[in-house]
Amino acid sequence: MTTALDRRPVSAAPTEPRPSASIEWGPAMAGAVRKLDPRGLVRQPVVFVVWVGSVFSTVLAITDPSVFGWLIAGWLWLTVLSANAAEAVAEGRGKAQADTLRKARQTTVAYLLDGSEVPAADLRPGMRVVVVAGQVIPGDGEVVEGIASVDESAITGESAPVIRESGGDRSAVTGGTTVLSDRIVVEITSKPGETFVDRMIALVEGASRQRTPNEIALNILLSSLTIVFLVVVITLQPLAIYSGAEQSLTTLIALVVCLIPTTIGALLSAIGIAGMDRLVQRNVLAMSGRAVEAAGDVNTLLLDKTGTITLGNRQASEFVAVGDYSDDEVADAAQLASLADETPEGRSIVVLAKERYGLRGRDDLPGAEFVPFTAQTRMSGVDLPDGRQLRKGAAGAVLAWVRSLGGSVPPEVGDVVDGISAAGGTPLLLASASADGARVLGVIHLKDVVKAGMAERFAELRRMGIRTVMITGDNERTARAIAAEAGIDDVLAEATPEDKLALIQREQSGGRLVAMTGDGTNDAPALAQADVGVAMNTGTTAAKEAGNMVDLDSDPTKLIEIVEIGKQLLITRGSLTTFSIANDLAKYFAILPAMFAGVFPGLDALNVMRLSSPESAILSAVVFNALIIVALVPLALRGVKYRPASASAMLRRNLAVYGVGGVVLPFVGIKLIDLLVSLIPGIA
Amino acid sequence: MSAAAAGWLQAGLLVLALALVHRPLGDWMARAFTTDPAEGPKSRFWPQGHWRVERLVYRAVGVDADAEQRWPTYLRSVLAFSLVSVLFLYGLQRLQSLLPLDNGMAGVEPGSAWNTAVSFVTNTNWQGYSGESTMGHLVQMAGLAVQNFVSAAVGIAVAVALVRGFARSGTDRLGNFWVDVTRAITRVLLPLATVAAVVLVLGGVVQNLSSGTEATTLAGATQFLPGGPVASQEAIKELGTNGGGFYNANSAHPFEGPSAWVSLFQVFLLLVIPFSLPRTFGRMVGDRRQGLAIVGVMAGLATASLALTNWAQARAGGAALQLAGAATEGQEVRFGGPLSALFGTATTLTSTGAVNSMHDSYTPTGGLLVMANMMLGEVAPGGVGSGLYGMLVLAVVAVFVAGLMVGRTPEYLGKKLGRREMTLASLYVLVTPVLVLTGTAVAVTTDTGLGSLLNSGSHGLSEVLYAFTSASNNNGSAFAGLSANTPFYNTALGLAMAFGRFLPMVLVVALAGRLAAQGRAPVTAGTLPTHQPLFVGLLGAVVLVVVGLTYFPALALGPLAEALA
Repeated sequence: MTTALDRRPVSAAPTEPRPSASIEWGPAMAGAVRKLDPRGLVRQPVVFVVWVGSVFSTVLAITDPSVFGWLIAGWLWLTVLSANAAEAVAEGRGKAQADTLRKARQTTVAYLLDGSEVPAADLRPGMRVVVVAGQVIPGDGEVVEGIASVDESAITGESAPVIRESGGDRSAVTGGTTVLSDRIVVEITSKPGETFVDRMIALVEGASRQRTPNEIALNILLSSLTIVFLVVVITLQPLAIYSGAEQSLTTLIALVVCLIPTTIGALLSAIGIAGMDRLVQRNVLAMSGRAVEAAGDVNTLLLDKTGTITLGNRQASEFVAVGDYSDDEVADAAQLASLADETPEGRSIVVLAKERYGLRGRDDLPGAEFVPFTAQTRMSGVDLPDGRQLRKGAAGAVLAWVRSLGGSVPPEVGDVVDGISAAGGTPLLLASASADGARVLGVIHLKDVVKAGMAERFAELRRMGIRTVMITGDNERTARAIAAEAGIDDVLAEATPEDKLALIQREQSGGRLVAMTGDGTNDAPALAQADVGVAMNTGTTAAKEAGNMVDLDSDPTKLIEIVEIGKQLLITRGSLTTFSIANDLAKYFAILPAMFAGVFPGLDALNVMRLSSPESAILSAVVFNALIIVALVPLALRGVKYRPASASAMLRRNLAVYGVGGVVLPFVGIKLIDLLVSLIPGIA
Repeated sequence: MSAAAAGWLQAGLLVLALALVHRPLGDWMARAFTTDPAEGPKSRFWPQGHWRVERLVYRAVGVDADAEQRWPTYLRSVLAFSLVSVLFLYGLQRLQSLLPLDNGMAGVEPGSAWNTAVSFVTNTNWQGYSGESTMGHLVQMAGLAVQNFVSAAVGIAVAVALVRGFARSGTDRLGNFWVDVTRAITRVLLPLATVAAVVLVLGGVVQNLSSGTEATTLAGATQFLPGGPVASQEAIKELGTNGGGFYNANSAHPFEGPSAWVSLFQVFLLLVIPFSLPRTFGRMVGDRRQGLAIVGVMAGLATASLALTNWAQARAGGAALQLAGAATEGQEVRFGGPLSALFGTATTLTSTGAVNSMHDSYTPTGGLLVMANMMLGEVAPGGVGSGLYGMLVLAVVAVFVAGLMVGRTPEYLGKKLGRREMTLASLYVLVTPVLVLTGTAVAVTTDTGLGSLLNSGSHGLSEVLYAFTSASNNNGSAFAGLSANTPFYNTALGLAMAFGRFLPMVLVVALAGRLAAQGRAPVTAGTLPTHQPLFVGLLGAVVLVVVGLTYFPALALGPLAEALA
């Protein structure tokens, strides 16, 4: 077993799911036997019918022993066990993670403000506790005093500590995480047993799993098919008696089990659990299965520009000289002005000067005095020993500085600045002042850099029929330029939280489902309104409460993966249902001639597989029926492979594989099993 | 011209005629049933107001024709109207000797009267009695012929309600049952039936009020030639996919089916409304391609069935039959085997049940096919109205499974298929197989059920299976060979007809209510397209696999055992 920690990626970079772990059948079989309790099986009507059939056939095998009777009874039990094992395997995958989490919860004590010690389990919302370096935070809450670095790896798997401080959007702390430095006072916000960790444990264990709406609808269809086939077989006996071909009860039970959709019935719950698990593997906690299904249906994705579509920071993309300066001179000055600038923008200027203009970094500039950025000056730069002063900064600030020193501004500066703004960039003015006056040297073009591969992702989404909308505080013009570069369908520029909420409501009134990410308290209303609201784990408690999923990596790009997981869940269900129903044809061709060819020899023409004997035919069908469940467990857990494509392309592919395959495969499988089974004495 | 060539020519002619007529007729019906000003194209023809004659009806019945109904009210209207119809028809038969125009017939005995009343109200028109020797003209005209109109109209109304469920969104109103039924009669059935009756009279179908004529044949024997208002009843019998013949021999009687072209015309009549309704559906939901897809599935299944039946009949065993070109026993030998196959296929694929040949005498494979036609749930194209709503419910099931395979919560025409929708659709699929198989099982385990069998072995089983299939699917055709006018069969088949008609209707109207209340999800590239050939094939497969496979074991012991013997 892997532990929760090493299953987790250690960086917040786009997560790769861990390679599908090998299935541990041992513990699963133990779980499968425990699940034989009929009270639990009633929830899965198809499996329950097989269970009843197993009980009956066992009784028949005892009262009227025969090799055939015992083999049928045995394989029927194996069918039930396979179904149970599938569920147990799926549940087992979350167990280890739950155990680690539980440990974090149990070892916690809390210290109140007056220094008294209480068990974490006795904490109530509103109580304030003190947590100092080295201690585990006893429960979910808000930092009301102090600032601390916190190790949240127990929850997120991310080893780098995060800062938590009172006030603002970084005040939420989670029970079970460890304070690494300093001291904070936390106001508890959750009841015991309902903390984030508690909910996580319940989720990864599948204990609190509520069946999702679509799963319920499918279960109804499967139940109805089960009833139909029960009626078919129950009424078949009178018809058989009339025809002088009365059937043994064992044969009829075998027929029912083969006809009812056992494959999907057995795997349905495992598929659901595995779908949730796939999210957990990507460090996403869905607070309800409903949200996972809704993710597959999403029509509109609201994506924050920064961090999702573009890299977090703007980068220098070109130097534009003004007046009679050359680009090289501007590059040189820009590099000098940025040498000590540790901001990402500053570093990107140095990088650009080096890569584009071949200017090597100069580490030591004796006598130079660096001028850091301040909120007052809104500029930064350097004072060189030769008396030259270089400054770079926002256009307005630099122009004011030049003018204050009596310098002139070439008229083209305005055009260049406007041009860069129009293209979605940010212009930084570069100016110098020396004994002979101040002047503007040129403009640095800072640009939002669209993350690599995003344009392809958005093209995929468009093929899947999903519209993307970029949310940004930038003005409309800037936003449009970035959207065009990234291949985004629409933008919401200068967005306020109210605008976001209104946009979601507008989309929803047209019947569309909306997904979004958010982290701030002011995102909470929109997160709550969205059909799929993914809160960042770094976000506020309000945001986490409002959303129906939490991304522990706080990676907004993951929304796209969540949509894919939702789709994959539904595709797996649909494909296995199709497969299961398509299987019936071959089973009819195996069992019907076996039942009736004795009385109507002509019906042997239906025995297209040329199965060796009636007993062998029936047994082979039952064996195939049980084995196919086991064979499909890995697929149910992994999910049917999902490739972004249009609905009709996807339907064509899945119908060919699971529909046509579902018709053909059992003919081959039953024949092969028959070749083996017919070797058993008493069967051939 | 060989019989086979003539057969293909007839089928081709039929397809051509249906292709020509289904568009204007479908559009006309769409316009007739578009009652909400918010729906349909914006033109001065849509929606249409009430006609004067319709206002008279509404006033007489006492309904507010402009008030739309919620689904429970709509459903109550359907059921109440049908119940009253059953009681009226029962009374009329029982008391016919006391009423005028009784032609000297006695009151019908209770079992048969119940069976016949249910039979005609459910659009089944199973006839356990012999028409010309049981029913007087008054019952034929005021009872049976009237039900031929209204039972068909009820079917159309329920189908229209379901279509509105798809077409509307965010409303709890499904339209007004009384308006729908009235318009189905005044604007669709009555005008078409009038034209059809005139054509039939021109073709030689009798139409009079005589009690019959005594004639002396050339050989000197006396023969009684029963007359009556045959053509008028014949027209609606086919048009409303009713099937209850004036004569016991039904359309095989020379007064009902005097010539080959009249027989072919009858086939056209019984197919024309069911094949036009998908167009109506497409128009009303605002996407004609959706209607085209539905009609495509219907036509595909029908063509396959017809081809198979012709093949089965033509390869009949035995030197004599091969010399004759095909099986001839029980066929309409005047017009050739293929027209019998065409008639038999059309009548069982719709819920008509009229026959111009005896299905009992088909080759075993041929008999299996006409039975399988009904077992598919009569959706290709099915009865007037019932065929469309049956196919739409199966489309819901197909969309549900296929929709999952494209990774979305399934939606059909923008309507999400959730728990409630699937419960109703699943129950719908459940009803008929349970009725057919339970009925058959009971019949072959009871002495009274077995007592009516004229044949033993597989063929006997086929006869019982056919009877319950026919009744539960509201077809009404008989395999013959079964003396069904017994208390057991009158009661059991009557129950099968009633449940087979009204349980599905309950589910369909409830489904319509659920759908209408929903909003509409927009169509995107991620939406399962339900108008493409791929979906047409898929829906066809669902009909065959989900519905058809249910009957495989029963068929294996009946016609299949016989065919492979």
